[in-house]
Parts: sequence; structure tokens; C-alpha cells
Amino acid sequence: MKQLRKFLMLPALLAGILLMSGCERPPIEAVQHGYRGTAMDLIYNPRILAEQAEKNTVPVSSGPASADGPKAGAVYQNVKVLNNLSVGQFTSFMVAMTSWVAPEQGCAYCHNVNNFADESLYTKSVARNMILMTQRVNTQWQDHVAQTGVTCYTCHRGNNIPQNVWFKDPVQKVGNGMLGNKNGQNTPVEGSGYASLPNNTFASYLLNNEKIRVNGDTALPTGNKSSINATEGTYGLMMHFSKSLGVNCTYCHNTRSVASWEESPPQKTTAWYAIRMARDLNNNYMEPIQGLFPPHRLGPTGDVAKNNCATCHQGAYKPLYGVSMLSDYPYLTGPAMTTKKAPNYPYLNKPAKTTQKSPDEVPPTKSVAMK
Amino acid sequence: MEYQNLFTQVQVVAPPHHGVSIDPYDERERFGEPKLYHLFGRLGNAQLGPIYLGRLGIASLFFGIIAIQIMGFNMLASVNWDPIQFVRQLFWLSLDPPLPKHGLSLFMPLNEGGWWMMAGFFLTLSILLWWGRMYRRAIALGMGTHIAWGFLAAIWLYLVLGFIRPIMMGSWSEAVPFGVFSHLDWTAAFSLRYGNLFYNPFHMLSIVFLYGSALLFAMHGATILAVSRFGGEREIEQIVDRGTASERAALFWRWTMGFNATMESIHRWAWWFAVLTPLVGGIGILLTGTVVDNWYLWAVKHHVAPAYPYVFGTPLPDPATTGFIPPLPPAIPGK
Repeated sequence: MKQLRKFLMLPALLAGILLMSGCERPPIEAVQHGYRGTAMDLIYNPRILAEQAEKNTVPVSSGPASADGPKAGAVYQNVKVLNNLSVGQFTSFMVAMTSWVAPEQGCAYCHNVNNFADESLYTKSVARNMILMTQRVNTQWQDHVAQTGVTCYTCHRGNNIPQNVWFKDPVQKVGNGMLGNKNGQNTPVEGSGYASLPNNTFASYLLNNEKIRVNGDTALPTGNKSSINATEGTYGLMMHFSKSLGVNCTYCHNTRSVASWEESPPQKTTAWYAIRMARDLNNNYMEPIQGLFPPHRLGPTGDVAKNNCATCHQGAYKPLYGVSMLSDYPYLTGPAMTTKKAPNYPYLNKPAKTTQKSPDEVPPTKSVAMK
Repeated sequence: MEYQNLFTQVQVVAPPHHGVSIDPYDERERFGEPKLYHLFGRLGNAQLGPIYLGRLGIASLFFGIIAIQIMGFNMLASVNWDPIQFVRQLFWLSLDPPLPKHGLSLFMPLNEGGWWMMAGFFLTLSILLWWGRMYRRAIALGMGTHIAWGFLAAIWLYLVLGFIRPIMMGSWSEAVPFGVFSHLDWTAAFSLRYGNLFYNPFHMLSIVFLYGSALLFAMHGATILAVSRFGGEREIEQIVDRGTASERAALFWRWTMGFNATMESIHRWAWWFAVLTPLVGGIGILLTGTVVDNWYLWAVKHHVAPAYPYVFGTPLPDPATTGFIPPLPPAIPGK
């Protein structure tokens, strides 16, 4: 009897450890985020937050440079975007940008060190476009970034390429095309929170305009034909939101009715603009400069790196916990050029895509549930 | 201590028993020399066999194995026939129902749902044949057919999920995938799509019966174990003698609840609770999407879902209705 008990103890212990291996070690802290008693709680693990805190500290800044003095555009050759900056601002920004994006390679990452005005390095052209993109975010997308804004550091964090970017997945070819179709899901990837949900959601929703809203706005069926398949796509995208921001569903949703705007925390609205912003940046800033990149910077299908929520957020509910770096770099909120007329550059010749008229933006009618 | 153990502590060993005599044909189908295994006796009866397979059993196993093979080989192919990845990713792998574009078509490319249709057909055939076997074996032993009807309640839910509701919705893609995590993700997506299944009254009922089943099972199990020191798990003397284990158990519940089940009625309660769980659950699934599209809004309409104060200031409107115009495409000075 005793022997049998000992004999069974070991496998039972091993099975127990195995079962627990997917779990997160406590403690768990619940922060109320809604009306009491409705389980509207944000779940945090202080140990994991502490680990992340270091990653989200703002780098040391030398402070704002003086805007007085001669303009960079007049002093240096070939300054196209930041030509209205003073020389002091311009040089301090170049130094800051180097520490944010290419701390190891230094100036030579983007510049020919014998002639800084030279345009031969692709990284210089990319950087110029990225400055414009930053200005675009800070001026046109305040619905999402508010006055906090972004800088190069928000995404780059000392890396040449931000750590969280995405490429289109190559078309899966298995089982001679006869069987074993994964249909773009059933693979544990971080993008969908290691579920078996669809994992091509970035291309569907953050580049293309596929329909995210699957819920009907009437109690009884009145023509909403969204499939379970489409729902799983939306669900996969939401898992990406959750993973990227380190939050659970209740950060944006009152989960008793995920579709409801009236009952949801205001963060849901912020996230709605984020989806449009990601589409704008991917379509208008990343896709057009695909031709600038050498092949080794492109994805498996030859596409340019694109952004998603994790690119900026990197696991935090707000990038860098909502600390703004803009006060030292006010020109990053400078005018992002917006004009209908696209200039004649080879990679811009195709008509620019717009994010207008998304299928999500159709129903302006008020809820008819109470009919 | 003896009675608080998961395993049977004392095994009464007797020569293996072949069971009651049945008609000669059935006798022939019953095979295997019964044997006693000590480890089996720790969990249940130590005797293994004889097993009755019969025509229904063989047909059921045959079609069931075909279904499992179709699922398994599709999963194996989806990891490029790599057995290590098959094991590592097994819980994620899945055989998915047809794509939405195929609607209710019976013919589609094998790799876009054809395999799922076949697996589903053979699995259903196998399950129904097994049901027939349960029914026929009960009749052969002169038993009631309660077990078969209980099993049919579960089959009802299975058929609603994979067959009846997809037909009513006009698309096989509504059905459940064959896979561990994929069917769980389907379940969550189903609730999300139809506005929170918790507001579905038949889902509520199903939960009541599910938790009720667990509670009844726990109460009954505990009661019988608690009086097994008086022979409570044995039948004969309970019927005629006062003050037996059964009497004590009944008295315990009369003291604590004022009311008690009988030796017979407790099993009747348990059977109905168990059977009603998938029965009402299936009704709830069947109504979802076909009759009700958004259960939350349905619950608001019928004053089931209460309104709570909004604690975030003024609720923000749906941004899609506020006339938001995305910024115009930029001009990029480029190189």
C-alpha cells in the first residue's frame, strides 16, 4: 500500500508541474476599472510590471536646444525636412536620433562620413521619411497620441529596426495542397496571443480595411451576416491589442457587451483611432518606401516592415508609460505636409491609398435594440 | 482515513463472473476470458471482460477510426508530416469546417472543408451506431434504456452544433472545428459574435443543470461514502431494516435540509439534471443567430440585463458616427 502510494506520487507530481507550466506565477493585482461589482478589473502582475519598468524608461536628454541662430537649411546642404530648425536644434536632434536608432553604428549608419549631405545611403532616405511619419503622428493623430506624441525612440528604443514589426506571411503550402490546410490559423504565434486564432490579422485589419465589427446592433437578426470565421479574425486582432498593451479585455471593453460604445471605457475610442492610424502609417509611410530598402531588410514575401500596436506600445498600456519626450523636440510636432497632390517621386507614382470609407464606418444609426 | 481515499481500499476477490445468460447469438458475440487486475480494482471492479462488440460496435469503431484518421492525417499534414511538431503543436492543430464562401454546398475542395465534411459524417455515423449499441445492449440485459437516452441528450447538442444549426444558418462554416484549442476558440468567438451567450436564457438553464449535476453528484457521493462504514453502498438489507446506513443518510438530510431524497429518487434527480444540461444547452445554441442575433441587446430589451452607472465621465459616442475623416495622404519629399 505504502509502496503504491510512493509509486504514484512521482507521476502525480510531474503531471501537476506540467499542468502548471503554462500558468503565470502570482501575485495578481486587480485594479477596479468600472462600476463596482461588475468584475470590471484590470489584472496586473507586479512582478512582471517591475521587469517591464526598465524597458519603458525615458532616455536621458540634453534638454531643449535654443531655437535662435541661423537655420539648418541655410547652413547645411541638402536639408529637406528639418530645414527650419536652428543649427543648435538640428545638431542636438541628430545626436539624439543617433542614440535612439543607431547607438552602435553612430552617424555612419545614415551618413557618408566624408560628406554628410551625400544621399547614397538608403538609411538616410528612410530616416527622412520616418521623421515625416513622426510629425504626421504628432499632428494628425492626436486622437490617438494626444499631446504625449511620439519620437523615434517610442518605437526604436536603440534598435535600427523597431523590435516589433510585422511582415506578410508567405502562403502556406503543406500536404501537396491536398490536405492539412491551416487556413492562416492553428499555429501558436505571439500575434494572436498563442491561441489557435487567425494569425494574419495585421494584413487584414492594419493594412487592409477588412471589417472588424461582427456584432449585430439589433437584438433579433436584421441582416448581420458576419461569420464565426470573421469573428475569429477580429478576436485574433484583439488578442494582439491585449498582448501589445499588457492589458486584459476590460481595459477597453465592458465585456458584458464588447460591441457597446455607451458602456465601454473611453480607451476603446482611443484604440479605434489607433487602428486607423496604423493603417495610415502602413499604407502612406511604410508601403511607399518599400523600394528604398535592400532585400535583407524586407520580409519573406519581399514586403517592407510594417507597424502594429506592439511597435510603439511594447507591452505597456502607454508607450514609455505615457511620458512625453516632445518638450525637448518641439519640431517633431511641426507641420506634417498634407496635400492632395503627390509629388513626382518614383516610389510615389502609384495612387496613394487612403483610409477613408472603411466598412466599419457605415452604420451611423442609433441602436434599435429597444424597438 | 480508510473512507477518505480516492482508491478502493479493500478488494473482495472472487472467481470472475461471465454475467447473466443471454440468447445464443449474443452469447457468441461476447468474447474475452474475464481476468482480475488489482490496479483496476483500485478504481472500480477488478474484473476486465468479457467484452460485447457485436455488429453495431464493430461498425461504430470502423467509422469512428476513419473519422479520427481523417482528422489526424490533416493535422499531421499541416505540420509537413513532422511527427515532433505534431506532438508539440497537437493542441493547436485543427481540422476546420468549410470556408464561409462554400455556404451549404456538399461539394467543395477537400482542403477547404471537404475533409471536415467527411470526418463529420463518419464521426456522426459512428456516434449514432454506438448509441444503437447502447440501446440494444440495455434491452438485451432486460434493463431500462435510461443510459441510451442520456447519451442521446449529448448527441443532440453535438448535432445542433455541427449539423442542425449550420443548416439553419445556411453555412457549414458556422460549425465547430475538430481540434483542442480551435474548438475552445470557436466557443469564445461564438459568444462574442452573438453578443455574449451568458444572456441566453437557455445557456443560463444549462449552467444551472450543469452545476446542479455537480452538486447532486457531490452530495450523493459524499452521503454514500459517509455511510459505507455501515454498509451503505450495499443494497439488500437497506430495503427491509430500519436504522440501516440508508436510514441514517436519509435522517442526516432531514435534519440538515428538512427534506431528503430516497435511494431511488436521488438517481432520478441526477439523471434529469445531467440530461437537461445538453438538452437546454442545445436549444440555446439553436436559437443563437437563427432567432436572436445579439443576446445582450435581447436581454436589455426584456429587462434581463440591468443598467449600471457609467463611471468614466460622459460616454464617448461611436467614433464611426462622429464624422471622423482620416488625414489626407501625405506628400513625401523622399530621396
